[in-house]
Order: sequence, then C-alpha cells, then structure tokens
Amino acid sequence: MDKIIVSFFGVVSILFTYWFFFMKRIDTVRAEGTVNILVDGGYKPDRISIPYGQTTKLVFKRKDSSACLEEVVLADFKVRKYLVLNEKTEIEINPTKKGEFDFSCGMGMFHGKLIVK
Amino acid sequence: MNKQTFAIKGMHCASCVYINEKALKAIPGVTEAVINLTNGKATLSSEAPIEGNKIIDAVKSVGYQAMIENNGTLDEKIKVEKAKELKDLRVKVTVSLFLGSLIVWGSFPGIMEVAPTLFKNYYFQFVLAAIVQFWAGYDLYKAAISSLRHRIANMDTLVVIGTTVAFLYSIFVTFFPKFFMNLKIEAMPYFDVSTVIIGLILLGRYLEAKAKAGTGEAIKKLIGLQAKTARVIRNNKEIDISIDEVVTGDLIRVRPGEKIPVDGVIIEGESAIDESMVTGESMPSSKYKGDTVIGATMNKSGSFVYKATKVGKDTLLAQIIKLVEEAQGSKAPIQRLADIISSYFVPIVIMLAISTFVGWYVFGSNPVFINAMLRSIAVLIIACPCAMGLATPTAIMVGTGIGAQHGILIKDAESLETAHKVNTIIFDKTGTLTNGKPEVTDVLLKSNIKDQISKIQIKNQEGLIQLAASIEKLSEHPLGEAIVKKAEKEKLQLIKVNRFKSLTGKGVEGVVNEKKVYVGRLLKSDSFADGENLKKQGKTVVYVYIEDKLSGLIAIADTIKESAKEAILTLNKMGIETAMITGDNAQTANAIAKQVGIRQENVFAEVMPEDKEKKVRELQSREQRFLFRTVAMVGDGINDAPALAAADVGIAMGSGTDVAIEAAGITLVNKNLMSVVSAIQLSKKTMKTIKLNLFWAFAYNVVLIPVAMIGWISPILASGAMAFSSISVVTNSLLLKKAKI
Repeated sequence: MDKIIVSFFGVVSILFTYWFFFMKRIDTVRAEGTVNILVDGGYKPDRISIPYGQTTKLVFKRKDSSACLEEVVLADFKVRKYLVLNEKTEIEINPTKKGEFDFSCGMGMFHGKLIVK
Repeated sequence: MNKQTFAIKGMHCASCVYINEKALKAIPGVTEAVINLTNGKATLSSEAPIEGNKIIDAVKSVGYQAMIENNGTLDEKIKVEKAKELKDLRVKVTVSLFLGSLIVWGSFPGIMEVAPTLFKNYYFQFVLAAIVQFWAGYDLYKAAISSLRHRIANMDTLVVIGTTVAFLYSIFVTFFPKFFMNLKIEAMPYFDVSTVIIGLILLGRYLEAKAKAGTGEAIKKLIGLQAKTARVIRNNKEIDISIDEVVTGDLIRVRPGEKIPVDGVIIEGESAIDESMVTGESMPSSKYKGDTVIGATMNKSGSFVYKATKVGKDTLLAQIIKLVEEAQGSKAPIQRLADIISSYFVPIVIMLAISTFVGWYVFGSNPVFINAMLRSIAVLIIACPCAMGLATPTAIMVGTGIGAQHGILIKDAESLETAHKVNTIIFDKTGTLTNGKPEVTDVLLKSNIKDQISKIQIKNQEGLIQLAASIEKLSEHPLGEAIVKKAEKEKLQLIKVNRFKSLTGKGVEGVVNEKKVYVGRLLKSDSFADGENLKKQGKTVVYVYIEDKLSGLIAIADTIKESAKEAILTLNKMGIETAMITGDNAQTANAIAKQVGIRQENVFAEVMPEDKEKKVRELQSREQRFLFRTVAMVGDGINDAPALAAADVGIAMGSGTDVAIEAAGITLVNKNLMSVVSAIQLSKKTMKTIKLNLFWAFAYNVVLIPVAMIGWISPILASGAMAFSSISVVTNSLLLKKAKI
C-alpha cells in the first residue's frame, strides 16, 4: 500500500516539477529609454521588449550575493559585465538587428530575453 | 583621519591652486586641502570620506574639473567584494569541514568506537549540523529561495534540497526515535551527510572562485600597462601631468627607461622601443623622426620628443582593451548547445531524483526508505551544471587574453572558433607577404663601362647608385625613391644635377659633372640580357645611360617579408593550403609566390581590388575532400576590407597605431607573418580546451548521474566529485596559458 502511495506522490511531484519550472507564464515588459532590472535569484523583468535602432539603458541592480549572478552577459551585444553587489550597473545598448536576444549570467544558468521590435 | 587624492584638470598657476583649495575646504567635513601644482593632484583630509560628486561640484563651481576615477573605484569595489567573498568562504569551509569531521568521527563505523561519547550524542551532532546548515549554508538557501520565486532552479536548489532532506530526516530520527523503531527502521541520523556535503560544495566554490580570477588576468595586465603620467612641454616648460590631461598635439618628452604615455609621432631624437607588450614582437624596434610610437610601450635607449596624435580612448592600447573586453562578452557558437542543455538541466535532475526515490522505495531492498533517500540525495548532489556553464566562457577568456599578449586581437568568440577550421588561407601580396615598399635588389654594370668613364668615376655598383640617386632625388617617382633610399642607406653623397628633365613615359635625365645622364627605360636599339632575366623574376628594371651609352641597370622590387617563407611552410605543414591574390601582373605575382612557396595554381594575379571579394567567394565554393572550404583572408584591413568581410575569417595585419581593428575577425598588431600561424594555433588550442571541457562536463553528468541512481556512490562522495568537476574545467582552461603559440 505504502509503495502505491509513494509511487503516486512521486508521479505527482514530477508533474509538479515540470509544471513549476517549464510551464511558467512569462510577461514581457515593454521598455523605452531606461529599464531597471533586479538581479535576485534571476532577472526581473526577464523578458524585455526594447525599440529597434534606439539606445536603451539597462540598469542592473544585483541583490543576490551568489557568485553565479555576479556577471551579466549580453553575448549579441558583446558585453560581459561584473555587477557590484547592491549597486546599479548601467549597460547601454543600441540594437541594430530585430529579433530575440538572450542575456544570461556568467555561467549561463539564469536567462533573460531582449526582444527588439 | 581620511585622505583622498585626485587630479584637478585645467590648473596652470598659483592662483588656480588657491581658488581650488578654498573651494575644497568649503566642503563640509573637509579639514585640510592641499594641491600640488606640478602634478596637478589635490589631497583632501577629512573625518569621513567625502562623496565624489561633492568634490566634483566644488571644483566645478570655481571652473575646474576634478578627476575622480570612476573606473578605478569600480575595479577597487570588485576587488574588495571578491576578497570578502573568498574570506567568507574560507571561514565557512574551515568551520563546516571541521564540524563535519567531528560528526563523522562520532558516527562512522570503524572510527566511532574511539570517539568521545559527546561526539556520538545525536543532540550534540544536531547542534553542530544546524550551525553548518543555517550559518554556512545561509547563502545557498538565500540563492535557492530567491530563484524559486522566479521559478528557476540552479545548483543551489539541488544542494539545498539534497542537504535539507538529509538534515530534516536526521532531526526526526533524533527527536522521535520511537516512531522509526516502530517501523523497524534503525534510528540513525545522517548529520554527517548534510554537513560534509555543504563543506565540500563550499570548498569547491572557494577553489573555483580562486581559479576563475585567473581567467580574467590578461585584461587587468593590459590595463596595468597604461602609463600614469606624461612629461609634456608646454610654454617651453617640461611639466609632469596626469595621462588623462594629455591632449592631441601635446609635445611629450620620453627619457630612456620610461614608458611612452600615449600614441604619437617622433619629432626629435631617436630610440629603440620595446613594443612587445602591445604587438607581441619580441625584438625592440628602432624609431626615428617621423616614426609612430605606441602608448604603453617601453623606451629603451634614446631620449626623444614626440607629438601626441591619439589620446584617451583612441589610443591603440585603449582599443585593444575594448576589443578584448568585447570578445570576452561574446559567445562561441559551440556554447549554444551547452546553454540549451543547462537551462533544462536542473529541473530534469530534480525529476530524476524523485524517480530514483520512487524506484528504490518500490523495488529496492530494506531499509527501503533510507536507501531511497540516500540515493536520491546522491543524484541531486552529483549533478554539476556549473561545469557545463564554465566550459566555454573560461576558455574564451583565457584564449582571447593570451592572444592580446601576443599581438593577436580577436574580435569575437565566433572568429576564434571558426579559425580552427580554416583549411585555405589567401594572402594579399603587397604589404602583407611583401614589405610593400619597392627596394633596390640588384645593381649591374655593363662590362665595357670602364671605356666610357672619364670624368664620372663609376668604379663599382655604388657609383652607379650615387649617380642615379642624384638625378632621381629630383623626380617624385616611387621607383626613384627606392634608389634614393638605397643611396641614403649606403651613406652616399649625392652630386649636384643641372638641367634636370622628366621625360614622360621614359625616365629622367640631367647633367652631372658635365656629363649627360639618363635613368629610365631601355632605349630602342640597346639590349641587356641580364635585364630580361631580372624582369622574368618580377622585378622592375631601370637603365642608366651616361652620354647616351648604356652603362648599367638597377633592378627594383618589392621584397618579401623575412617571416613569409617560414609562415607559408608552417601553414602548409599544418595542412592548410595557401594562396595569393594581387592586382599586380602575373609575372611579378608568380615570382613572389615562388619565393615564398605558394603554388603557381593558387596565384590570382591582376585582380582588381573590387574583385578580390569575388575570388574569396569562389574559393569558398570550391570543394576540398567533399567539404566546402573554410577560407581565411589575410590583408591590410583598409583596402581589403570587403574581401576580409567575405572570408570565413578575415585577418587584418597592421603595424603600430594605424591598424584597422574593426575591419576583421582577427587583427594582428605586428607585421610578422608567423602571427598568422600563431592565430590559427591559438584557435586550435582554445577549441581543443573547450571541447575537452564540454566533453568532461557532459560525460561527467551522463555517466555519474545514472551511477548515483543505481546507488553505487554515496552522497558524500557525490559532493566531492561535483566540487572536483567544476574546478577541473576552470583549471583546464587556465592550462591554456601555458600553451605555446
């Protein structure tokens, strides 16, 4: 009997894990000019729509002391920057291509997206 | 007492000092302000540090500019933060491993028998484990919880789940042993598992952080190359000023053993300059009046004055730093797969751990609960997503860094990756394979010359050069310039020329020592067999006539670079096909190709500059062993820009400060063609490191996660393996520094 219960909870937990991590709803934040991004266990907002051909200032503020998030990488814009803890770090980008561009932490564990329209 | 020192821009007299000192003293909290006019530095004394913008505003209010270094403080901040992080980790690692070992001593069969009774006490173990769990593991919890809020799972999530399960189970066993005994489970806690895992994971983090600091060293070294001050001559006075205050047009004096502050052109004096730190060229280069000097290079022997032409962010060093920083921020295509996998990795591991628990609980042997728990913890702990994330970026950082130290500038990770696949390299001829400046290569006298000379003494080749150079000095032809240069090199005195005349399409003539001398094409009726031979070698031949009699010839050609032959040979040995492209005629092109060792069928002569790009594309579409070729084009970066862009990898060769860095995927800051070989080697070695790292990171997880699921590995061993895995990846990248390129 206990084996059936464990199996049942096991399956439910796996489904829950799948739903929790892979089926989250992502909101896109539309930004113009400046956008503040909080770095704390991830990026907030992590899906940002920015205008094409205009300079947008991304202001990162890291509140998470984990070494994983200490750097932010915007590979398509060739930026790798160290984010000083509890301070604002500004990165200016001027997208010359439309599309979706990933940004991530130094080790590629945490991700965010810039959508250039 | 707090002291702050900074530069003030724009001061040039004692009254400026007075005004500024007064303004600074007026800032609340400042007890003393002293300004030194000679170095332009102000020193503030205050009870507490004064904010930068207050100082800037105070100085601005009297019309000057305070140079509070923002960059310096950012670097400082990072340094302080890193040092604190390392110290913190060190303390936590020591404490948790010490407490962990006490618990292990009190609970591990074989050694627990000789342990003090206190260590065997579960309540005592609980206290020690709780310290490790919540004090040493505090950051792990914080990071895991804040990412869970974003519905993201990472390394910390796995460690936190794994250790918390072991810790909570142990608490239950300690406080409610009867419950477990009733279930016929031995009431034994696993405090050793939770503490040792946290200790080892933190140890891994500590070593990883230390090693990772080494990957970004190159950039720090480059920044450190910058000179701090410059000795400029203003109003006939030599003053030492901060490098930020140097403007273009400033005259700067550099003495032996001093660093050259910014880029410029020598206007007085000469010296040998060690440029190795910027160009990678190991031999010091001799510089004379009119030559360019590069900022941050070292003046060896002479003293000279030069005019600053590029300052601040325009200097070559500043551009190199920017380029390396950008390259380190870019991503290699090979990383994409690792990125995709690591974004799904952790949740999948959690699901696997749950399956492991269920599997062992349902099908495993007794005690099923404990076996199932320990095995699923091992799965959570052994999984190492960090190694996958670190595999490529650390190698790219080290690779681009050592490139810069050798004068090889890589624009982005993609170029570095593509370069290792290159199997065909096209070289531009003029200025790339050759020195790009015509030089006198042969001087021949006609055998019957002695009969003709009376007043003009042509005893030997030098005499002929002297005569020709005297006349050519008055022409503006590049070939003439080569002859004049030769005369200067041989230190020959030029003779006065009368009645100079330029004969369009033929040559030049004049009267020297009352004799008519003509230098130019062969005149109709004459023939000179040696001249024809020289022409076949791709050289340009000019003939010298004295009193209308053919007296000798001078052959002029663009000479090949010393490094050309060795470079082509090495590339061919590496299995890379070499080709040459030029706008010159086929005869000259073939002659040069033969000298450097490029095969005749790979010579593309008489190609107009606008067609070079087409040739590159044509070669790309030619198959080689059923695969399309990966073509690199080596050119000067200015005239060849479209061809460089069309190639899979564009390699621009420049010299000194004129280098067009933006034009190509790889820029070589020196003229040495062996740098092309080095660039390819660097790419191959970096890619080898990346591939080994990725293989290790993937194989580790693919092999060890199932091993942990089967139950062949204990949770403690799993945490050791996991810590070792990410360190080994970073260490492997650092080994790249030792690679010979």
